[in-house]
Amino acid sequence: MSDASVEVRSPDPQASRQPEPGAPDNWRRFFTFSTDHKVIGIQYIVTAFIFFLFGGLLAMVMRGELITPEADLVDRTVYNGLFTMHGTIMLFMWTFPMLNGLANYLVPLMIGARDMAFPRLNAAAFWMVPVFGIILIASFFIPGGPSQSGWWAYPPVSLQNPTGNLINGQALWLLAVALSGVSSIMGAVNIVTTIFRMRAPGMGWFKMPAFCWTVLSAQMIQLIGLPALTAGAVMLLLDLTVGTSFFDPTRGGDPVLYQHFFWFYSHPAVYVIVLPIFGVFSEVFPVYARKPLFGYPVVVVSSLMITVLSLVVWVHHMFASGTPGWMRMLFMFTTMAISIPTGIKVFAWVATVWGGKLRLTTAMLFALGGLSTFLFAGITGIMLSSAPFDIHVNNTYFVVGHFHYVINGAVVMGFYAAIYHWFPKMTGRMYYEGLGKLHFALTFIGINMIFLPMHPLGLLGMPRRVASYDPEFAFLNVIASLGGFLLGVSTLPFILNMLSSWNQGEKAGNNPWRAIGLEWLVSSPPPHENFEEIPVVVSPPYGYGSNEPLVSNNPAGEALA
Amino acid sequence: MNTENQRTSDLNRVLNRRSILGLTALAAANLAISYWMGQQAYSWMPPQASAESVLVDKLFSFMTAIGTFIFIGVIGTLLYSVVFQRAAKYDSTDGPPIEGNLWLEVVWTAVPIMLIIWIGTVSYSTYDQMSLLSPFAPQEMKTPGTVPGDKKESVPGDPEPTQTFAPIEVHSRQWAWEFRYPEDGVSSTELHLPVNQRARFKLTSEDVLHGFFVPAFRVKQDIVPGREIDFSFTPIREGRYRLRDSEYSGTYFAANQTNVVVESEEEYRQWLLAAAQNPPTAAENVAFESFSRAVEGSISLGWATVRPAPAPIVNYTSSEKDSYE
Repeated sequence: MSDASVEVRSPDPQASRQPEPGAPDNWRRFFTFSTDHKVIGIQYIVTAFIFFLFGGLLAMVMRGELITPEADLVDRTVYNGLFTMHGTIMLFMWTFPMLNGLANYLVPLMIGARDMAFPRLNAAAFWMVPVFGIILIASFFIPGGPSQSGWWAYPPVSLQNPTGNLINGQALWLLAVALSGVSSIMGAVNIVTTIFRMRAPGMGWFKMPAFCWTVLSAQMIQLIGLPALTAGAVMLLLDLTVGTSFFDPTRGGDPVLYQHFFWFYSHPAVYVIVLPIFGVFSEVFPVYARKPLFGYPVVVVSSLMITVLSLVVWVHHMFASGTPGWMRMLFMFTTMAISIPTGIKVFAWVATVWGGKLRLTTAMLFALGGLSTFLFAGITGIMLSSAPFDIHVNNTYFVVGHFHYVINGAVVMGFYAAIYHWFPKMTGRMYYEGLGKLHFALTFIGINMIFLPMHPLGLLGMPRRVASYDPEFAFLNVIASLGGFLLGVSTLPFILNMLSSWNQGEKAGNNPWRAIGLEWLVSSPPPHENFEEIPVVVSPPYGYGSNEPLVSNNPAGEALA
Repeated sequence: MNTENQRTSDLNRVLNRRSILGLTALAAANLAISYWMGQQAYSWMPPQASAESVLVDKLFSFMTAIGTFIFIGVIGTLLYSVVFQRAAKYDSTDGPPIEGNLWLEVVWTAVPIMLIIWIGTVSYSTYDQMSLLSPFAPQEMKTPGTVPGDKKESVPGDPEPTQTFAPIEVHSRQWAWEFRYPEDGVSSTELHLPVNQRARFKLTSEDVLHGFFVPAFRVKQDIVPGREIDFSFTPIREGRYRLRDSEYSGTYFAANQTNVVVESEEEYRQWLLAAAQNPPTAAENVAFESFSRAVEGSISLGWATVRPAPAPIVNYTSSEKDSYE
């Protein structure tokens, strides 16, 4: 055993006894305060996916309402509550926890660590998710119903509190968002520390897989930006409950100030969300194209460029708001600049795929699908960054279509790509390709059918967040609604595939995809504490076609030697 | 190094698979399709009813053409790979170990930078032209803290109004639009504007954020309670268009819309005169009426809502049944 492994292992004999309750074949560990990063990773992903299904159900009710122009399926107040909760759940309870789950599971394995830097903090951050999730869902059952002010919670609408109660939907909403911010900050401290301090010997920055780079870039945004949102949420909560006047114009507050606090974090949050998915693309394409990641150093450094630029673009959400012209022009240029590092990545992935020996597994199909929807969203994104055009489509369905192409297109398809790719590693079983491909086809068709028609709707002037609309928008809305229902159905083959494969799928070996990476050197699922012997990295990642060894020892230990 | 040479030759083999001539032909075809899409983009927009809409549509057409070119280029390349570069069933070898190519990477960084500068410059000049045409230029936006009733400071560079008409007051509230023509003693729930004249507005809100949005004019401005925002544009086409609330304003947000009538100057003056003679009456108001109906009837209200303001009392009322383009 090398010196490094002795150093990392805790000298406390209690800690070394922990493998028994956390043994990989014990399913009960998923319901405990486990400190194993792999358990926490799967806890995050499964919890988040349940919320994803719930948020999707709310969206399907909304699409049911929007299939006709009149507000007839649900009351307007109910519709407004639905879109508020749909957005909130999808962001704070699906996307962020899901990405934390992927990072938790993969980062220690990819950098050759036995666990995260602060395992107990890690477990505490996860267990806050069900807590604020329950607070948020509870707001459906209190008098007056949940928050109806949209996921932006712009004052003064968010301060109106028609019930007059101290405990109202908006207050619970703000409490849940603030707690979610604290949980995410805890997660970010942990992940950043882990990547800085716990890389295996030999894994210099430019030998680290691109996924870890993107996670690092994303989590640094969390550390810088989240305090602003959390503070904004707390100030709004104070305005709402104890009568301060940070944002209330009738008492000298400034509602536009809240917009700055909100978007200072919530725009970079888009990159928190999409960067790890860029990382997934960078991991998946080389494996199934059998080629190294094209331009690896530039691709990983562009993640950091995105991090820096993402902090200076937030006003592009406020082009039609109470902002002066110089601010609109300044933020137009910064926003356009962010497309340059993003474009570098897109071209690099295309060059990675080009000339390879492609295998269209489900993971590869989802990655290609995610890349193509992301490209479309990137092009409409550059259009939106142009202030004079944005003034026309701001707050219309064009924007709704654009960001759903990012989040449901690139991010959700990237998530599926990641799950199919690492499913054998997580569970030790293979999934069924046929069901996977059916899942891909339904998802891809569903996404384009629901979100593409939203672009012409926005150009024609249909505002977002409307429970009713003028009859000329009916036809495109019917298509979008049908696409939405198809998207709902598309989750069924996925759930079926996951459940049955986990139970009785074919056994997977250590490395069923012949992929290069530290996580593929250990058994599937990996043992508690991952590596018998800490790996010593001697090559850069993605050495496809080179036949150079990645490590100079056998991290799996004697058992598999 | 030997491997280095081998990698370069691998790259050349991959890059030269298509002749330069073929690539040029494909690029030309892409260019033609992109130009065509750019022209199609005009038809995806509502009628061009303001001077600003002509500028915005031109910008959108330009960006659509560039976007189409990039989209077809990238997706075409990917599709070619997916169709023609699949591994044979039992082929477990790797592809060529190409790790990068300096020349290619410089090109695909430099070209987007130039495109961005191009799009940015065109956008800037479009915005500038809209500002020249309309004084919602930077200096025209009032600073935070200015409340209605404060004396407006004269701003240097403020163009001497060439219009013959005073600014129209736009009052927004939950959930009604009310337009006041103070010099003519007219209040209306339908906005009337003379064609080919600079239309100027003072936007105010009584309660929450609202958005002044007329798709046919391609203009939009949030209205912030506690501020008075100067806003203007030039309608250039007679007709009846839709005005919508574009900043989410609560329960009846979706119903907070009305019509804009653009008419000749003569018709406009006649309308003002006629409207001023009308006795003030309660206007049709979707929010107030459906709220009152729901309270009287036994229909479930759903969740809590802010009580809508009563229907505005105005000289001239419009109907939701009126047609519009």
